[in-house]
Amino acid sequence: MPAAPILDIRGLTVDLPHWADRPQAVSNAGLTLARDEILCVVGESGSGKSVMARAVMGLLPDHVRASAGSILLEGEDLLRATPSRMREIRGSRVSMIFQEPMTALNPVKTIGAQIDEMLDLHMKLSRRDRTERIVAMLQSVRLSDSDRLLGAYPHQLSGGQRQRAMIAMALILEPAVVIADEPTTALDVTTQASILALFREIQRARHIGVLFITHDFGVVAEIADRVAVMQRGQLVESGTAEQMLNAPTHPYTQSLIAAVPSLAPRERRMKMDARVVLQVGGLEKTYHVGGAFGRPGRTVRAVKSVDLAICHGETLGLVGESGSGKSTLARCIVRLVDAERGSVIVGGDVDLMKLSRRELRAHRRRIQMVFQDPYGSLDPRCTVGRLIAEGPIVHGVPESEAVSRAHALLELVGLERRAADRFPHEFSGGQRQRIGIARALALEPSILVADEPVSALDVSVQAQVLRLLGDIRDQLDLTMLFITHDLRVAAQVCDTIAVMHDGEIVEYGQTSRIYGDPRHEYTQSLLAAVPGRHWHPR
Amino acid sequence: MSVARDRARYVGLRIAQAVPTILLIVTLNFLLVHLAPGNAADVLAGEAGSATPQYMAYLRHQFGLDQPLYVQYLDYLKNVVTFDLGYSFREGMPVRDLILQRLGPTLLLMGTTIVLSIGLGILLGIFAASRPGSLGDNAISVFALVSYATPLFWVGLMLIVVFAIDLRWLPTSGMVNIAAFYTGWQKVGDVARHLVMPAITLSLFYMALYVRLMRSSMLEQRGMDYVVTARSKGLTERAITYRHVLRNASLPVVTMAGVQIGNLLGGSVVVETVFGWPGIGLLAFKALFARDLNLLLGIFFVAACLVIVVNIIVDLIYTLLDPRIRLR
Amino acid sequence: MSAQLNAVVATPEPVRPWHAHARELWQRFARNRAALVGLVVLVLIVAVALVGPVLFQQGPFELAGPPFSPPFGQFALGTDMLGRNELAGIVYGARTSLMIGLVATLFATLLGVLLGGVAGYYGGGVDELVMRLTEMFQTIPSFLFAILVVAILSPSIGSVILAIAVVAWPPMARLVRGEFRALRNREFVEACISMGMSDARVIVRHILPNCVSSIIVTGSLLVATAILTESALSFLGLSDPNVMSWGFMVGAARDFLQRAWWLCAIPGVAILVTVFAINLVGDGLNDALNPRLRRL
Repeated sequence: MPAAPILDIRGLTVDLPHWADRPQAVSNAGLTLARDEILCVVGESGSGKSVMARAVMGLLPDHVRASAGSILLEGEDLLRATPSRMREIRGSRVSMIFQEPMTALNPVKTIGAQIDEMLDLHMKLSRRDRTERIVAMLQSVRLSDSDRLLGAYPHQLSGGQRQRAMIAMALILEPAVVIADEPTTALDVTTQASILALFREIQRARHIGVLFITHDFGVVAEIADRVAVMQRGQLVESGTAEQMLNAPTHPYTQSLIAAVPSLAPRERRMKMDARVVLQVGGLEKTYHVGGAFGRPGRTVRAVKSVDLAICHGETLGLVGESGSGKSTLARCIVRLVDAERGSVIVGGDVDLMKLSRRELRAHRRRIQMVFQDPYGSLDPRCTVGRLIAEGPIVHGVPESEAVSRAHALLELVGLERRAADRFPHEFSGGQRQRIGIARALALEPSILVADEPVSALDVSVQAQVLRLLGDIRDQLDLTMLFITHDLRVAAQVCDTIAVMHDGEIVEYGQTSRIYGDPRHEYTQSLLAAVPGRHWHPR
Repeated sequence: MSVARDRARYVGLRIAQAVPTILLIVTLNFLLVHLAPGNAADVLAGEAGSATPQYMAYLRHQFGLDQPLYVQYLDYLKNVVTFDLGYSFREGMPVRDLILQRLGPTLLLMGTTIVLSIGLGILLGIFAASRPGSLGDNAISVFALVSYATPLFWVGLMLIVVFAIDLRWLPTSGMVNIAAFYTGWQKVGDVARHLVMPAITLSLFYMALYVRLMRSSMLEQRGMDYVVTARSKGLTERAITYRHVLRNASLPVVTMAGVQIGNLLGGSVVVETVFGWPGIGLLAFKALFARDLNLLLGIFFVAACLVIVVNIIVDLIYTLLDPRIRLR
Repeated sequence: MSAQLNAVVATPEPVRPWHAHARELWQRFARNRAALVGLVVLVLIVAVALVGPVLFQQGPFELAGPPFSPPFGQFALGTDMLGRNELAGIVYGARTSLMIGLVATLFATLLGVLLGGVAGYYGGGVDELVMRLTEMFQTIPSFLFAILVVAILSPSIGSVILAIAVVAWPPMARLVRGEFRALRNREFVEACISMGMSDARVIVRHILPNCVSSIIVTGSLLVATAILTESALSFLGLSDPNVMSWGFMVGAARDFLQRAWWLCAIPGVAILVTVFAINLVGDGLNDALNPRLRRL
């Protein structure tokens, strides 16, 4: 398959400014992209994969520059091209697709105008010919209704449509190489599946070389012909997809693949008993967007009459795509958000919904939350020790006891006691999530609500935090409500699964049953969309 | 989809939204008169003691001072809503007519100032942001900072000292040369000559504000993802600035211009006073000097209505610039 | 992509106790040369205002010599049309400007933080109500309103302060509301609430400390605006008749512009320098307290 490479990166080194945490973003990296293939560049955050992609486009940020090596596009070294030559090449010979189409498109220009700009810039065509070409291109990225789309602004499109428009823009001049930087990471899983299929289809039809940057081995399994793995600026291993996914030789690649959660549900744990600790009945939450003082508003039913019951020791997974209402439901259960109707009975006796705000405070300790964002979930102005000890102090525990409990908890989550005197910004994302877990445990809750606790983490860190959560749950006999969009994670963590869609629970059952025999149409489509579902690591 | 109809509905809605604001102004006026120490009629007539018994009786009637408070309020509200702003005995004219007479010159001054300050502010802002840290950028920043700290009346007086008294290039005050009886284009030129200093004085502060805002907005927008996209299309930096960044960056300036309309009218009181420009600002100063508080209340009310109208126009312009704003 | 690039470029920060933190703040402030100059000037003005009564014991209204003496003669800044010492006026005017600027800002800040805080933290109907009120107050031509307030209540230090505070609070309320709202939705605040902390504790210990720097920066700019407003009011004759003020000095000398332009120029320069210095200090505070929002 690989004939003469169309893109040949040799010994590429990209220097970082002196204040960065390391001297080079990319060190002496080399790879080749053939004329007709998808090469996936895989790595965790900070691996330098995005910097390499930008170096090819000649779009490195200020203070960051390529200091050695060459980037040969059909034999022409892009690192030595003049700025005006580089502008000719960009868009027409190499084009780029970004992660977040909402911000990558200009919000005040129509889709048609933004695509047209490519043609206007690089070709001499009449207006009619240009429009014809754009319409044809939109059709080939499966955007029907092209008349309306041409005049539409980015915010009027769905996330998937925006990314298709972005792809149309990148392909309109028929470039030989397309660089896609995490193009599906910001999308929901079902949209991601359709965009990945589109990539595959278009690449095959047009015989172009695609350099596809991703952190997700599921995506790699879905579309890669060949794979290159990067770690801290170095290219550690590359090879065919088959060989890299199933028989990687480099220990780093092996560890990355080992950290990918399997889609096959794990063995059922035997710790549960039939005592119901959290019972949610008929929960309803409606949001009014805009409107007030006689202005018309929009009503969104975020949670529609949800019933749930979690037994002692059970972990219930709440899965769904963004906007399904799963986070709102979690916030209603812990009463961070007040639902209109329904009951949340904790421990069989107390209905949180019936308590006044003042009465509620004393009962809050029984149900604690672990949050998604490791950077936003800790007060930047508090020491870690105070963050953890403050909850117990508020509930009347003497300060000295609360502090020593905080120290013990830090050790429990795998951090040193010394961490108590430090501030959150001194810790990595994974460490912060551990601190967040320790804080939730400080009040000795019986129920833990975890809202996407690992989705902001790299895959290897994610595996560690998941293992920690599992260990603590077993050790402390906790009941858990685990919210996630990632069906692989859910398969490994949850005993039962509730699938949420448009504010409703559409399917509810044992994890193994849901994965083995999904009955609701939506569950089926979710499972069918999991990238790399036919690939079983090891 | 009829955009024109949506726009008309939007204007209607905005006018409806202005009702509470107008109510607030009327209420504030009423409260001020009644919270002031002493009898409301005495307050309005001023301390000079020069008010005729006839005027005092008129004031008592206008504010219905012998009625219970809520009746007084409703009466006052009714009067104001029907644009009956009372009579000014000092000027010998209904307040409404007095104000309407003076509206033209104020609108001319305001319009010129808005165009001048936004236009120059945006241009200089673009220039400063094009080479941050350069000599030109620093010069513009210092100029903006100084303008931002200078009292309007002082700028006006110093301009008069230099250009009217010393150099004799421009007239000191007024809107027309009363002695000349110009007509046609000569009259336009005469007004323009009178307009130069007041407009520059009033523009300086707002221009400084918009320059700083435009500069930081340009720099912020330059860091956006869509700029990287534009680069990846092969656009030159110049084309990126004018085709993509400019429109996005000017949005906060337009918003700010809307917010500043009220302050601009306040500033015109000072500027019209300094230059004897015969608008409602000068009228306000005269009313203040003669302690004709009823006239002052009327001017405040009309000025507030003017701000509301201009704000609706600014919002309409904004919807043309930013498609994300829905005409609900 | 940019998030990842930032992650690579992020600087690891060392542990530091509070005094090291304060020193670093000072260093960031001092790195801005203009702000340092502004601070020195401001300190000088404050010093002059404080010792003024000792230097000019007769007060600023005392007739000191022949009218219209030019500056740099017997009197450093000359005398005005009545023969009052111009320098004494400037010194006493500094007291008035600074005092009114500070007190009015204090009231406006208290009101703004209270209203903005309640609106931002509780959201919903309260928020809608407070924000509509703020919007309305921003729509009202504020200087005209201030004129009305002072004119009707009759000019005095109290009425001037009230008038300035009443028109100055909306920007502060908007800022605080925005900050509170953003922080209220941050997960660390949600964590505090779900741990059972009272609203008062969440606000005082976790939300306020995270937005106090923005309040200080905005407050410093409000002082500058308040001084400008006060000078414009007193220029129009709306100042306490018993207190000397810079705007009043310009307004009173206006009719003699042809004969003695410096009587208008000098107090104006005093206003300019003071406001300019406060703005520079405000910019420096912004650089020091919000390093991430620093302008290029």
